[in-house]
Amino acid sequence: MAKRPFDIQAQPGFGFMALLTFFALYLPIAALVTYSFNTADSLSRWDGVSLRWFISAWHNSAVQDASVRSLVLAVSAAALSTIAATMAALATTRTRPYPGLTFKYAFINQPLMVPEIVTGVALLIVFSRIKVWTGYSGLGYLIAAHTAFCIPFAYLPIRARLESMDLTLERAAADLYATPWKAFRFVTLPLLRPAIIAGFMLAFVISLDDVVITEFVKSGGQDTLPTYMLGQLRRETSPEINAIATVFLALSVVLVTAFYFVNRRKP
Amino acid sequence: MASAEQVAEEAERREIRDRWLLSAPALIIIFLAASGPLLIVVIYSFLTPGPYGDVVWKFSTDGWLSVLMQRDIFDDTLAFADAHLSIFWRSISLSFYTTVLTLFFGFPTAYFIATRPPKTREVWVFLVTIPFWTNLLIRTFAMQQVIRNEGLVNTALMALGIIKQPLQIMNTDAAILFGMIYIYLPLMVLPIYASMEKLDFRLVEAGYDLYAGRWQVLRRIIFPLIKPGVIAGSILVFIPSLGAYVIPRVLGGGKNMMLGNLIELQFGAGRNWPLGAAISITLMVLVMIALLFYVRNASGSQGAHG
Repeated sequence: MAKRPFDIQAQPGFGFMALLTFFALYLPIAALVTYSFNTADSLSRWDGVSLRWFISAWHNSAVQDASVRSLVLAVSAAALSTIAATMAALATTRTRPYPGLTFKYAFINQPLMVPEIVTGVALLIVFSRIKVWTGYSGLGYLIAAHTAFCIPFAYLPIRARLESMDLTLERAAADLYATPWKAFRFVTLPLLRPAIIAGFMLAFVISLDDVVITEFVKSGGQDTLPTYMLGQLRRETSPEINAIATVFLALSVVLVTAFYFVNRRKP
Repeated sequence: MASAEQVAEEAERREIRDRWLLSAPALIIIFLAASGPLLIVVIYSFLTPGPYGDVVWKFSTDGWLSVLMQRDIFDDTLAFADAHLSIFWRSISLSFYTTVLTLFFGFPTAYFIATRPPKTREVWVFLVTIPFWTNLLIRTFAMQQVIRNEGLVNTALMALGIIKQPLQIMNTDAAILFGMIYIYLPLMVLPIYASMEKLDFRLVEAGYDLYAGRWQVLRRIIFPLIKPGVIAGSILVFIPSLGAYVIPRVLGGGKNMMLGNLIELQFGAGRNWPLGAAISITLMVLVMIALLFYVRNASGSQGAHG
């Protein structure tokens, strides 16, 4: 010990604590994935490795339904929220402060401030009334709810990117007789594209992961993959849930990795 | 003839109008599917519960009264509702413990990451980010695999001969606490890491030159400098813990409810929407208090450092 050069960054025990934390972060996930390959009928036994439960989940029509609904919902909500967030970001950056600007920031970020359960019951109250009045109980309610809470997430990277861009190039375009729309289409939009993709992906993941608000807004028979899993967890669970969770997990990891690379490649 | 000033004023007015139009879709969607319904919750908290759920449009403060009190069914006297008080207490105390324990594990972890060489640092950050973006329900379920009676912990302890009967962790407050620590840990590590990354280690070196010990350097130099990160992390952990719903539902079983589950109960089997609305607003007020505390402290500590 005494011979080692004095390391000013070292703190006794911190390395150990950190490695323990990383171990604890990944141990439950490892257990979940391991058990998805279990052959046995229940989680209490281990009968060897097979893909039995993946195959059974694949053929389960409730799982198929829920997966398709989750994807349709996530794509719609991510697309709508990214469009709305891009417009809002253009309206709230690169300007002198104007009346209402602070209000807009606060309003756009409002969904982040309120606990999901509160938003969930609030939407239950309002949407259950509207469902009775209009007789419509389709996917529209879920798309509206998801779009609203995805907007602040999509807004985040787009606003950040816009704030690092000045108006020089747009002014140059205007000098060369570009209309505002053309300047946007051929100058701003290409520069903004990585941030828009990042915003879309964030919104997509957030929508795909949501369980609380969906649970309160959905009509009968409108399970998404997370609410389906939540419903199954009430019963004695079979490794099929593990198999579904493992596939979901793999999808999340792929998305996060993709997001990471999109975000890192800054022009 | 319009003067130059008038033209400029007119242009500015038009620009502001365009900016409002441009932000309108986002504002309208959020108003319709987030902010607006919250106002309705306030109204509902002052109405009378309907017999099969929903409400009857008759003003009543009973919803608010029964947040903390209950009326005796025989003599109509008011007493504190012990069941609700214990749920409030569980929510607040478990959130507090979660914050303290995530800080206990998160701080050394953030420190560890920040002191790695830049290349491997990215990998460590990425390893924290992956669980952060993984579905909360899946992580809760993963925790269940570890602590259930036939789970990893009990199997290991029994195989080692330390215990004979499995420990009953599932469906206890401890299970909720483990789940919340596990799930919210990345929210503590990431902001602390963000302020740690900017830490100038020459200050630490100066501390050692002045004969400070390791603990003194940690307490007097490092900790004050990364305080904004610690406060941000604590708020990011405390607020979602307070409103937790999925974790207590899956790990705590039916008996160990937190505020989120109490709210759901009123809109489900409890059939008392006004009470559910009143508890929701109470929860929101608790969150706002925590946020105000954060805003006050965050601006205070920035002022202190220049």
